[in-house]
Amino acid sequence: MAVASPFVLAVNRFGLGASVSSGALAGDARAALKAEMTPPDPLADLPPTPVLMQQLEVYQAARRDNRKATAMPEMAEGMAPEKPEMMAAGKGKKQARQMDDAPDNPRRRVFIDELSARYDGSLRTPVIGFNERLVMFWANHFAVAVNRSLPVGVLAGAYEREAIRPHIFGSFTDLLISAESHPAMLMYLDNHQSIGPNSRANRKGQRGLNENLAREILELHTLGVNGGYAQADVTSFAKVITGWGLDRKAGDFGFNANQHEPGPQTVLGKAYAQGGQDQGLAVLKDLARHPATAKHIAFKLARHFVADTPPPSLVEKLSQGFTRSDGDLKTVYETLIDAPESWSAQPSKIRSPQEHLIAMIRATDTKMKPALVATTLKAMGQPLWEPPGPNGFADTADVWASPEGLSTRLEVANSLSIRAAERLDARELGDRLFGPSLSETTRTAIARAESRSQGLAILFMSPEFMRR
Amino acid sequence: MTIHRRNLLGLMGASAAFGGFGMAQAATGRDPRFVTIILRGALDGLSAVPPVGDPDFDRVRGELASIKADALPLNDLFALNPAMPQFARLYKAGQGAVVHAVASSYRERSHFDGQDILESGQEKTGFTRSGWMNRLLTVMPKGQGAPIRGLGVGATTPLVMRGEAEVLGWAPSSLSPVDPDLPARLMALYEQSDPLLYRVLTEGVETGKIAANMTQTNARGGSADPAMMVQMAQGAANLMAQPEGPRLAALAFDGWDTHAQETARLTKLLGGLDQAIAAFETTLGPAWQDTTILVVTEFGRTVNPNGTKGTDHGTGTVAFLAGGAVKGGRVIGDWPGLKDGQLYENRDLMPTTDLRAVIKGIAADQFGVSASSLSATVFPGSERVAPIKGLIA
Repeated sequence: MAVASPFVLAVNRFGLGASVSSGALAGDARAALKAEMTPPDPLADLPPTPVLMQQLEVYQAARRDNRKATAMPEMAEGMAPEKPEMMAAGKGKKQARQMDDAPDNPRRRVFIDELSARYDGSLRTPVIGFNERLVMFWANHFAVAVNRSLPVGVLAGAYEREAIRPHIFGSFTDLLISAESHPAMLMYLDNHQSIGPNSRANRKGQRGLNENLAREILELHTLGVNGGYAQADVTSFAKVITGWGLDRKAGDFGFNANQHEPGPQTVLGKAYAQGGQDQGLAVLKDLARHPATAKHIAFKLARHFVADTPPPSLVEKLSQGFTRSDGDLKTVYETLIDAPESWSAQPSKIRSPQEHLIAMIRATDTKMKPALVATTLKAMGQPLWEPPGPNGFADTADVWASPEGLSTRLEVANSLSIRAAERLDARELGDRLFGPSLSETTRTAIARAESRSQGLAILFMSPEFMRR
Repeated sequence: MTIHRRNLLGLMGASAAFGGFGMAQAATGRDPRFVTIILRGALDGLSAVPPVGDPDFDRVRGELASIKADALPLNDLFALNPAMPQFARLYKAGQGAVVHAVASSYRERSHFDGQDILESGQEKTGFTRSGWMNRLLTVMPKGQGAPIRGLGVGATTPLVMRGEAEVLGWAPSSLSPVDPDLPARLMALYEQSDPLLYRVLTEGVETGKIAANMTQTNARGGSADPAMMVQMAQGAANLMAQPEGPRLAALAFDGWDTHAQETARLTKLLGGLDQAIAAFETTLGPAWQDTTILVVTEFGRTVNPNGTKGTDHGTGTVAFLAGGAVKGGRVIGDWPGLKDGQLYENRDLMPTTDLRAVIKGIAADQFGVSASSLSATVFPGSERVAPIKGLIA
C-alpha cells in the first residue's frame, strides 16, 4: 500500500472520493475539509413529511375500501426495490387487484425520488463531500429501516432530510431531539403505540408500555451499551416518552397527552417532575450532555472515519471536545480534523459498499438509473436505509471484507468499468484520483491490464480504492 | 447484477431505419458484409498458426512447440492450432486465409495503447473518439440505396465502430460482465500489497464463491466464454442477414493475454473463435458468399515461452480472414524467420505486413472505397501503406 498524501486522505477518508472532474486536489487538506463544514444540500424539492403522510393516508384508505369491496387478503408489504422487471410485474398484479381509481402505493416512487436526489445530485456535487459523509454517518447512527413498515418506508428519506441534514453542524442535543421526535423514528421503534400504564388511554387496563425506543436511545443513540444504565432506567424513560407519537391530522409529530404516563419519573438517579412532553425533552437534554454519551459518540466517529480500532488518544480528544463545547458538533469535527491521529498515512478502513459505489460513480461520472443503484447497493450488502437492525450498518472491515462482498464488488466494478472504458483511461484516472499516492504495484497491475475496462476494474478494486 | 443493455433501434421487423439495399451493391454488383472481430489481450500467432516447417520452431518455442503434434496442416511451412477444425475446413474450401507476421503501426507493448491504435486506425495513441470502421462507413461510395449501416456487438460498442456515423448496438441478453481474468490479477496485486484482501479473495476462490480463472472454472457469460462468442456471432449474423440489416459489424472477445498456461487457454479460446466463425457461416446463409470476417489482435507475443508456460507481450502475430468473399486457401505475408537476428528486438516475431494494408485491400476491393478516402479518412497518414490486392474473390 502506498502512503497516502493528506489530500488523498481528505477526499477518501473524510469525503466521498475524488470525482473525475476535481481529481486529486492540492493545498491545505485540513483547511479544505473545514471549508466543507457547511450545511449540506437540504434537498428542498422533495415533499415534507406531512405531504407524504397525506399521500400515505389516501393510499391506505383506498386500500381499505378496496379490501372491503373485494375481500382480498391483505397484501404483504415487503421491501421495495426488487429487480425492475420483477417490480413491473408485481405492480401490474397489484393494479389488477385494485379498483381503477385507487392511487398507487407511494413507497417505491418516493424511495426512487429520494435516492435520485442524492445519487444524481447531492452526492455528486461536493468537491470532497465531508458534509454528505456526516449525513450518512448520523443517518446510520440514528438508523431507521425502510422495510420496517410502509409508513417508515415512505418517510425514511424525509427523516434524513428533516431530522439529520439540518443538524449535523449544530448541537448534538438538537440532533438527538429532532431524530427521536420524527414520525419515522417513532414508528420504526414503536413509540407511537406505547401507552402509559396509568394514562387516560389505558383506562381499561389492557394496553401498556413499549420500551423499544427508550432502550435504543440509551443503548445506541446516547450512552452506549456500557453507559451505566439499568433496566429500571429503560422502563422509567419509556414512561417519560409515552405520548411521543403522531398527529394524524397534521401528518407530523404530535404529543398525545392521553397516552402519557402521569407523574414524575427517575432516570439515571435524577427525578424528572416536568409535565407532558417537557419531561422527555429534559431527559434527552441530560442524556446528550452525559459523559458516557461523549465517549460513545467520540468512539463511533473515530471508528467511522479513522480506524476500526481507533487510537484511544483520538477518542479521548473527541470526547473532551464534545464535553467542553457542550455537544457542539462543529467543535468535535474540528478536533477530529486537527488531530494528528486522524491523518495516519496508511489507509486502513475498508470502504463500505455504499462508499465504494459512490466513489466509483464519482470517479467515472457514471449516470446510473436510481433503480439500478438500489439493486446494486442491495446486492453489495448495504441497501439504502435498510440496516439489519436499529444499530445500523456495521462499520468494521470484518463485516465488509467477506468473500461474498468481494465477489459482488468485483461484478459491480466490472460492469461500471465496461461502460466507463469508452471515456476513461485507467492509467490517467488513477493518476488524477491518487497522484503519487498510487502504489507502483497498483500502477503496474493497471498498466498490464488486458483491456481498458479491465484496467478500470483493477483500479476500482485496488487497495487504494477499496480502503480509505 | 445486470449491465445496461442496449436495445436495437427498432431493427426487428420491418423498420424505417433502413431503406433498400446497401449502396455498395450498386458499386460492385454485390451486397457485401464485413465483420471485424477484435481479440483483446494479444493473441499468440505462433500458437494459433504455428510455423511447424521453420527449422528453428522447436528450439525457440520450447514446451509450447508440443501443439505441433495435433496441428492441422495448412501448407509446407504452416499448420493450424488443433482447436480450429472449422477454419481448417474453410481454408481448404478457399474461404479462409491467414496473414502472418502482421502488426498495426504500434511498436510498444501496452494492451491499452495497442488496442487504441488497432481500433482507432491512427498512428499515435490518445485517439479514442472514433474507430476506422466507423469512418469507413462515412466514405462508402454514394449509391442509390440507403447508407450502409454499422453494428457494434457487446455491452458497449468497440472503439473500432464508434464515431460520428450512427451505429446500431446489440448484446446478447445473457452477456454478463464477468471478467474471468480479473480475480487472478487482483490476487497477484493483493498478494503484494494487501494481506487482508488477499486472504479474503483467496478464501472466495477456494470456496468457489469467486471464479478464479478460465482454466479452473467454466467462467460463464463473459465475452471470453466460447458459448458467449457463439451467441454474439449468431446475433450479429442474424441482423446482417436481413435485407435491410447492417453490413459492417464489430465484435470483441476478451481473454487472450496468455501469460500462463497458454496451450490450455488457447485451446478453449480458439475453439470459441472457431465456433463463432462457423456460426456466422450458418446464420448468414446465402449472405455468407458476400462476407469477409477479419480477426485481429493488438499485437503478438514473445517467441520464447516465459517461466509459467505462457508468453509475454510481443509484436508480430496473425490475422484471420474468413468468408465466402475471401480468396482463401493461403497464408499471406513474408515469413521473417525465427533466428535470433530475425526477431524484433531479439524477442518478438518481426512484423512484415502492416495490418492497415490488409484492411485497405478489403475496403477497396469489396466496397469500392477510394484510395484517397482510405489514406485521408480511414487511416490518416497511411499514404505509404499500399492496399493488398486480391484478398477478395
